Amino acid sequence: MSKILMKGNEAIAQAAINAGCQCYFGYPITPQNEIGEYMSSKMIEIGRTYISAESELAAVNMLIGAGSTGTLAMTSSSSCAIALMQEAISSMATAEIPGVIISVMRAGPGLGDITPSQADYFQSVKGGGNGDYRTIVLAPSTISEAVLLTQKSFYLAMKYRNPTMLLADGILGQMMEPVEMPEGNAFSTVNTDEWALDGTGEGAQKRDGRSLMSLHMGDDILERLNHRIFKKYAQIEEKEVMYENYLCDDADIIITAFGTVARVAKSAVNAAREKGIKVGLFRPITLWPFPSKELFATAKNKKCVLDIELNMGQMIQDVKIALNGSVPVEFFGKTGGAIINSSEIYNKILELSKEKQYGTNLAASI
Amino acid sequence: MEQTLQQVFKRPEPYKKNYNYPFCAGCGHGVVLRLIAEVLEELKIHTKTIATASVGCSINLDKFYNLDIVGADHGRAPCVATGVKRSKPDKIVFTYQGDGDAATIGFNELMHTALRGENITTICVNNTNFGMTGGQASATSILGQVTATTKNGRDPKISGYPAKISEMISNCDGAAFVARVAIFSPQSIIKAKAAIKKAFECQIKGLGFAFVEVIAACPTGWKLKPVQALEYIKNEVTKVHRLGIFKDFTESMA
Amino acid sequence: MSEIKIDKEKCKSCMICASVCPKGLIKLNNEHVNHAGNKYVEFVDKNNECLGCALCAMSCPDMAIYEVLK
Repeated sequence: MSKILMKGNEAIAQAAINAGCQCYFGYPITPQNEIGEYMSSKMIEIGRTYISAESELAAVNMLIGAGSTGTLAMTSSSSCAIALMQEAISSMATAEIPGVIISVMRAGPGLGDITPSQADYFQSVKGGGNGDYRTIVLAPSTISEAVLLTQKSFYLAMKYRNPTMLLADGILGQMMEPVEMPEGNAFSTVNTDEWALDGTGEGAQKRDGRSLMSLHMGDDILERLNHRIFKKYAQIEEKEVMYENYLCDDADIIITAFGTVARVAKSAVNAAREKGIKVGLFRPITLWPFPSKELFATAKNKKCVLDIELNMGQMIQDVKIALNGSVPVEFFGKTGGAIINSSEIYNKILELSKEKQYGTNLAASI
Repeated sequence: MEQTLQQVFKRPEPYKKNYNYPFCAGCGHGVVLRLIAEVLEELKIHTKTIATASVGCSINLDKFYNLDIVGADHGRAPCVATGVKRSKPDKIVFTYQGDGDAATIGFNELMHTALRGENITTICVNNTNFGMTGGQASATSILGQVTATTKNGRDPKISGYPAKISEMISNCDGAAFVARVAIFSPQSIIKAKAAIKKAFECQIKGLGFAFVEVIAACPTGWKLKPVQALEYIKNEVTKVHRLGIFKDFTESMA
Repeated sequence: MSEIKIDKEKCKSCMICASVCPKGLIKLNNEHVNHAGNKYVEFVDKNNECLGCALCAMSCPDMAIYEVLK
């Protein structure tokens, strides 16, 4: 496949169009504005729906409307505005209405800063909205991967009738790089005939009315519903986990990182390997479902796991739960929109190898 | 003689066989919902209708309507309906909302849907309070109205003035039909039905946003007997929320 | 010779129907309640006075008056 030079945000938008996204609803917020700008012209050109909504609340609720009819649709936003969308995301989960949400993270808390961050791991993975539910969250580390995962988001959203989030950060949204852009949709179309709303129909097609509701009052109705939906979540956890294992087999130290940071960490791993330090990278691609079993197996008998994030330590909680005390966990992070570079990670690896004696062949190299 | 009798009233088609109205005695919702169902049946559109329920007593559509229904979060029904209509333009899409939903928490969404000229119909039951949560003051509560949160009557110095939604919606260029009707007598019910019918015809003709505000009783919230509540509408509420057709493009642009 | 049919199980005895009946043919049954625990109204038309105007059915918030024959 030939590559084209594209900005991350625009590549995500084009990938959605190629996936068959019929409706885009958005509201401007930095650092994801190029998605809405791209959609505003391209979607109209090809006769699809683009709406500049009055707020993120409106945009995500339009997504609910489109999703309820089984239509591929998406919205995009960033941190503090994704926060506004959470009531709707929770409702989508319980009403089992599909929809794709692109989240391009900026620094927080609050309005924070427009600089890149990974501080919305909790927001996207741990709910954000109220109640017992899960959002499928995919975290790309390159623009080409963002393209593929955008398309996969539509597929998973429809297949499981669940909100699905592509969690990128401001770096990925704003940078340009050569991208592989598949022509059509890389995934198959999911049949929605059994549940989507399109009117009760006439004649032989006539059926009873369907309802997709977020309110479930009455004796144990919600309890039974939640149990049924959690069976679906168990299936997702079983079938849809994605992760990358890089040079982990013989490693003493395993780095865990997602998104752009994982990409930076890979460079640091390579640099450390050149010095003879045995370090590997474990990168969750699905943040929910989190690759817990896979991480546990990968880190078995290792000396240490180093979790690196652009926040004060969020994914590290899932890392620790996955490892269940089997391996010591160290953390390195930056917050407030500061970016981590590979030499900082390399230095952290050296520190762990040398001072904390997690490395095996220290004498040889350092 | 029995055979010569004609059926002049029946339950409308779009209802479930064992429907359940979870409303209090004398609640205006029941009549408005029946009128909508009658209109859908008369216009022969109920089989291609997708309804949007909203938060409040208006959420219960799926308990009695045999229609396709999507539930919306607080105030967001016009947005959900927008998403439905844009993805299925050949379907008839309406929102069923209360004043707490449409005029209070969801006023922004309502106005912008009207401004976009979204080709949907919104029926807003205005009973000038938050009925489901126990009769607290809403944006449309009239001055002097006693509610759970205005125990001495709504005082503008404390809680401002009532929102007159139909007047405000009619100022939006995208709105093609705007009417305020009421449910307090058989005559007013006939007028209300005519307005609801026009609001759906407006959508069928693709003219833009159609809005009907129906002043209806909430005897429980108002702490009045059902028949007294109808008098309250006639004598008090409609003095503030004036009845009338504020905008009608269905004739001129048909 | 007209008549109305009342589903007493749906009735919540709001009495709106009785207030609009031009002939005063709808009465509250003060002795019994329905399964929902509500008092309910009855159609009492001993002299065949019902006009079949359907004002009662039109005003009934619960469609408890579910059919009018004229």
